[in-house]
Amino acid sequence: MAAPAQRALWGWGGATLLILALVAAAPALSHHDPNRMNIGLALRPPSAVHWFGTDEAGRDILSRVLHGGRESIAAALAVIAAALAIGVVVGALAGWCRGTVDELLMRATDLFFAFPPLVLAMAITAALGPSLTNAVVAAIVVWWPTYARLVRAEVLRVRENLYVEAGRALGLSDGRLMLRHVLPQTWGVLNARATVDVGYTILFIATLGFVGLGSKPPTAEWGAMIAGARTYFLDSWWTMTFPGLALFVTVICLSLLGDAINDIVGLRGRKV
Amino acid sequence: MSLTTFLVRRLGGVVLVILGITLVTFVTLHLFPADPARLLAGPGADEALIRAIRQDLGLDRPLPVQYARYLRDLAHGNLGRSIQTGQPVADDLAKRLPATLELAVVTMVVYVGLSVPLGILAAVARGRWPDLLIRLVSVGGLAVPAFWLGFLLQLVLYRNLGWLQQAVGRIAPNLPPPPFVTGFYLLDAPLAGDWPALASAAVQLIMPVTCLVVSRLGVGVKLTRTSMLEVVGSDYVRTARAKGLAERAVLARHALRNALMPVVTAFGVQLGYLLGGTLVVEVVFGWPGIGQYAIGSITAVDFPAIMSVTVVISVFFVLANLVVDVLYLYLDPRLRSA
Repeated sequence: MAAPAQRALWGWGGATLLILALVAAAPALSHHDPNRMNIGLALRPPSAVHWFGTDEAGRDILSRVLHGGRESIAAALAVIAAALAIGVVVGALAGWCRGTVDELLMRATDLFFAFPPLVLAMAITAALGPSLTNAVVAAIVVWWPTYARLVRAEVLRVRENLYVEAGRALGLSDGRLMLRHVLPQTWGVLNARATVDVGYTILFIATLGFVGLGSKPPTAEWGAMIAGARTYFLDSWWTMTFPGLALFVTVICLSLLGDAINDIVGLRGRKV
Repeated sequence: MSLTTFLVRRLGGVVLVILGITLVTFVTLHLFPADPARLLAGPGADEALIRAIRQDLGLDRPLPVQYARYLRDLAHGNLGRSIQTGQPVADDLAKRLPATLELAVVTMVVYVGLSVPLGILAAVARGRWPDLLIRLVSVGGLAVPAFWLGFLLQLVLYRNLGWLQQAVGRIAPNLPPPPFVTGFYLLDAPLAGDWPALASAAVQLIMPVTCLVVSRLGVGVKLTRTSMLEVVGSDYVRTARAKGLAERAVLARHALRNALMPVVTAFGVQLGYLLGGTLVVEVVFGWPGIGQYAIGSITAVDFPAIMSVTVVISVFFVLANLVVDVLYLYLDPRLRSA
């Protein structure tokens, strides 16, 4: 039964690792400096020297795509890590304490759901000033409430288990029960969700970059590169196509990997 | 709980949420390092002028006082004056809102109109090729950056195939926009009997709407599919089949209505993503709506404009979700009587 899910896990996991490896090895892999301009070589189509062609300033697009991935992926990982941390603390508190604490925390969380995500992120980046760091901050603010809700629901479910009651009867402290016996149970669901979300966060940060609220030019970042190609893409298709393709492939691998994890976690849940 | 109690409670909740939205926006934007008075005064203005502006705008008062004033103005429909255009923000927004709403409404109609039938088809053909194909397109759509897709569409449909004009704006540049009645070109043009304008407005919508629909289609399809599969697996559907009803009747008369209920609520949330997506797609297609205005005001650190855009769009989102809840009430009679 689990075979297709297992295969998907290895397949998409492998593809994701490959992308991460390519991006991590960007400085070694690219023969060109991603930021070196050479107007004489501007807007050259893909060739043996410049596989992905060159942009309006004569920069090598392949090198920029590889280096751009570093920015986007690192930013997305930072967002998910921070959002998870906040979400786990808030969700665990709400689910464990219940009552007034739960009510207060969840109403506060609801408030963040009242904003369309991109709109809230734009307001925050506008307030802090456009930069990649501030785009990351904005994405964290947008993302943590999802995890808070998810963790709360999981904690509410897990805490009803008999073994939690048994632990309490044995005299385990609340903190120990929570950290050792309840929270670990939420990890599977969180893991699946977070994997998918890394992909969507990359997309989100790129979108902010595209509208000028992320990395500043000339930094190579996928969204900003597409924005930069805006004026040239009709006559030079490669300027816009490759950064977008990199974005697309990365997000799709992460989202299918997340689905595979979800399937496996779900199957395990059913077996128990 | 009676219907009235439910509605009163729900409306009370909406008022609180809207207050919360204004508060969060207000607090967020007061983290702002720049001084709006200095921006308004322009470069090289002397300190006395800046002080006067600050006093005039009430920026020298404590934050709670400023917030109270802001709420009072908001209740009077006064959103402040844009630093960038020099016009009242309310006027700026009123001018641009119809463009965004038209795009959002058409997108929502196409989105629901496509994802529900496709989701049902995927559920009915579970595990066979239509299901796999639909799911493939869904996952792909979700992973495509909407703005990139916009450029690709322009590249292929306009540059390579020449099927569509390069989509910039709401209507072909050589046509005058229809006289203002609703602000929706698709309604105003036929009202004025201006058929070329209607055709052009419809054509201009194709690419931006495609972009937005493709980028969210996966979610709508998946929701419908999951919900449909759940209902089809339930006991009462098995009973309906067992008593010899044709499969078509089982699906259309028994399963569909129940399957759509959770989907309706979910579409309310999807509207939030679509509204956000609209802002970005407007930039790609030169759509003269709130999105372009928002991006422009962020670049120009136009404080009152950013704040108003955030509040106005979020309030729209909250109200749309209210409508969805009422719709849900209509679809599920149990909630009405219970």
